Amino acid sequence: MRKGKNMLEIKNLHVKLEEEDKQILKGVDLTVEAGKVHAIMGPNGSGKSTLSYVLSGREGYEVTEGSATLLGEDLLEMDPEERAALGIFLAFQYPVEIPGVGNMTFLRTAVNAQRKARGEEELSSTDFLKIVREKAKSLKIDAEMLKRPVNVGFSGGEKKRNEILQMAMLEPKLCILDETDSGLDVDAMKLVSDGVNALRDEGRGFLVITHYQRLLDHIKPDVVHIMADGRIIKTGGPELALEVEQNGYADLLAEAQ
Amino acid sequence: MSAILSRSIKTKPSAARTTATEARLGAMTSGATAGWSVTAREAALARVQSMGLPQPRDEYWRFTKPQSLVQPEAPAAALFDPQEAPTFDQIDRVKIVFVDGVFSAADSDPLELAGVSIERLAEATSDIHWAKDLYGVLEERGQDPVERPLAALNTWAATDGVLIRVTGKAEKPVSLIYRHESETSDVMLHHVIKLEEGAELTLLENGPAAARFNKVLEVEVADEARFHHVRTQGRDHERRAATHIFARLGRESLFKSFTLTANGVMTRNEAVIELTGDDAMAHVAGACMGDGREFHHDDTVFVTHDALNCESRQVFKKVLRNGATGVFQGKILVKEGAQKTDGYQISQSLLLDGDSTFLAKPELEIYADDVACSHGSTSGAIDEEAIFYLRSRGVDANTAQDLMTIAFLAEALDEIEDDILREALLERLTAWLERRRG
Ligand SMILES: Nc1ncnc2c1ncn2[C@@H]1O[C@H](COP(=O)(O)OP(=O)(O)OP(=O)(O)O)[C@@H](O)[C@H]1O
Ligand SMILES: [Mg+2]
Repeated sequence: MRKGKNMLEIKNLHVKLEEEDKQILKGVDLTVEAGKVHAIMGPNGSGKSTLSYVLSGREGYEVTEGSATLLGEDLLEMDPEERAALGIFLAFQYPVEIPGVGNMTFLRTAVNAQRKARGEEELSSTDFLKIVREKAKSLKIDAEMLKRPVNVGFSGGEKKRNEILQMAMLEPKLCILDETDSGLDVDAMKLVSDGVNALRDEGRGFLVITHYQRLLDHIKPDVVHIMADGRIIKTGGPELALEVEQNGYADLLAEAQ
Repeated sequence: MSAILSRSIKTKPSAARTTATEARLGAMTSGATAGWSVTAREAALARVQSMGLPQPRDEYWRFTKPQSLVQPEAPAAALFDPQEAPTFDQIDRVKIVFVDGVFSAADSDPLELAGVSIERLAEATSDIHWAKDLYGVLEERGQDPVERPLAALNTWAATDGVLIRVTGKAEKPVSLIYRHESETSDVMLHHVIKLEEGAELTLLENGPAAARFNKVLEVEVADEARFHHVRTQGRDHERRAATHIFARLGRESLFKSFTLTANGVMTRNEAVIELTGDDAMAHVAGACMGDGREFHHDDTVFVTHDALNCESRQVFKKVLRNGATGVFQGKILVKEGAQKTDGYQISQSLLLDGDSTFLAKPELEIYADDVACSHGSTSGAIDEEAIFYLRSRGVDANTAQDLMTIAFLAEALDEIEDDILREALLERLTAWLERRRG
């Protein structure tokens, strides 16, 4: 993939809840180019997680207007698993616990399902084990955690590291990180950032949702967006994040009025 | 206490019950007319006549219609080709094969195993036999306080079965294989197993057996003996089964029974377990997958603690879809003086659609003060958040549902102690799930 080519293109995206008459996204325009890291900041409840869910195909939302494509393909028509195979990955703000399903089984099923969907051969158990162990080690995830049921009894920080492990195993094209920094201690933040930075390359785009500048010290964004009330109200360089850190959102919100 | 109560309010069988019972008995004969079992069979017939066969309003038949199990003619059951290797295929074991209830010497292994004596009921015709102390005896003990007339009927009429006496540690499992080859077969088998002090045996059972199958298994587990039981009940869609396990446990003994069921229009599995020696342990578990309006699966379990410091567990899980029905009736009875009892019971269903039904009747009855007993019963839909999480990682919707199904059943499968057997059943379960998707 050529650097600079558009990876994710969101145009005028309007989304409401399926169950209620509540509009959450009110015309989002956003383009992430391959090789770039885009950060999204914004007040609580502004629609950041909703955007990430809509992109990954969670049920319960209705797109009333606009479009979203990945590598030129219409995302909104696809099942979540098709989007994943195409290259979307969401590191959840609140990773889900799945009692009874071993983390390792989960990872292997996911990796092989995606390989199969892309017409690639499944990984042998030995190859798979080797790769998982290596990647888990760099994220300081021990063997015992790999054996446990998915996220069950994991601490907040362990859950977030587990998300990054999945991302490293699946090697997606577009990585969406929804507040992956929340709940991480200083060292874990470094580990997670290293994990993300290791994946940065010309063929991959990132959408990093965060409330804090601190993560962006480690994962240096190319572009920073501010989202408020279901819209991107301002886009700028890394300095925009610093501005938010110092002054909060009041001025930006007033400016946008 | 409750025994006295149920006795005192017991009335004579109603006319409908008597008619149904006589119709059934009239269509049958005793399973043996000579030899050591005759007395027990005659006594069992008298029990059936006095109790009468189950009727729809009986206390433990409210959730399960007894009609098809009671009526004289077995409803026909079409044969089903599962197109897969039989369960336990890869396990080294002594195979004993019954085809529609008829022993098949050609398909069976020699009935030989070190430390174990194996005989067929039909061939044990002498006047004196060790099994006389157990045949129909444990069944009769299990009639109080809840009547189980279909088991007494079996004691009277069973034509064959195995009599197994274990004196040592069996080096491999004994495996009962029940084939179903006739659409109208109506079969009664009765097995008696006696584990002497310190002995150990694993019993495997698999296959649908017949269009209608009535089976009784009586097990005596002496002091420090260990008994493991793992069975699958075949995939024939239309077969019906009423099975009973009656077990009596001695001091420091272990009893573990696990059943995997998929399909079959009617299954009633009863387990009646009595802990009579101190420090004994009994685990009964079942995993069942039901699909379709015709599917009905009933687990009825009664565990009696009558000794000190015993542990019992009942773990039953059911996955139901397309209008299937699951029933669980489980009781823990702690008798006076059975202190330090640790009793646990859980029954759960996973309803894959709004159409299916799970009916549960969990009961505790405790007459000792220093015990820890807990029971719980839940019924719920699949966790959609978890499904989305899996799908967002590229796992397709069906596989995600299967993973969740297996995860749900895992707690019951974990009751299988042997790793190889547990893995074998897990593989079986996975293959069934995959096949059902086509
Ligand atoms: N299923 C739902 N039912 C009701 N309200 C919802 C639902 N999903 C989202 N919302 C509402 O939509 C708005 C946007 O929520 P969203 O989770 O996208 O915000 P966010 O920007 O991620 O916030 P935070 O920074 O707190 O994580 C909120 O007001 C939220 O309450
Ligand atoms: Mg959020």
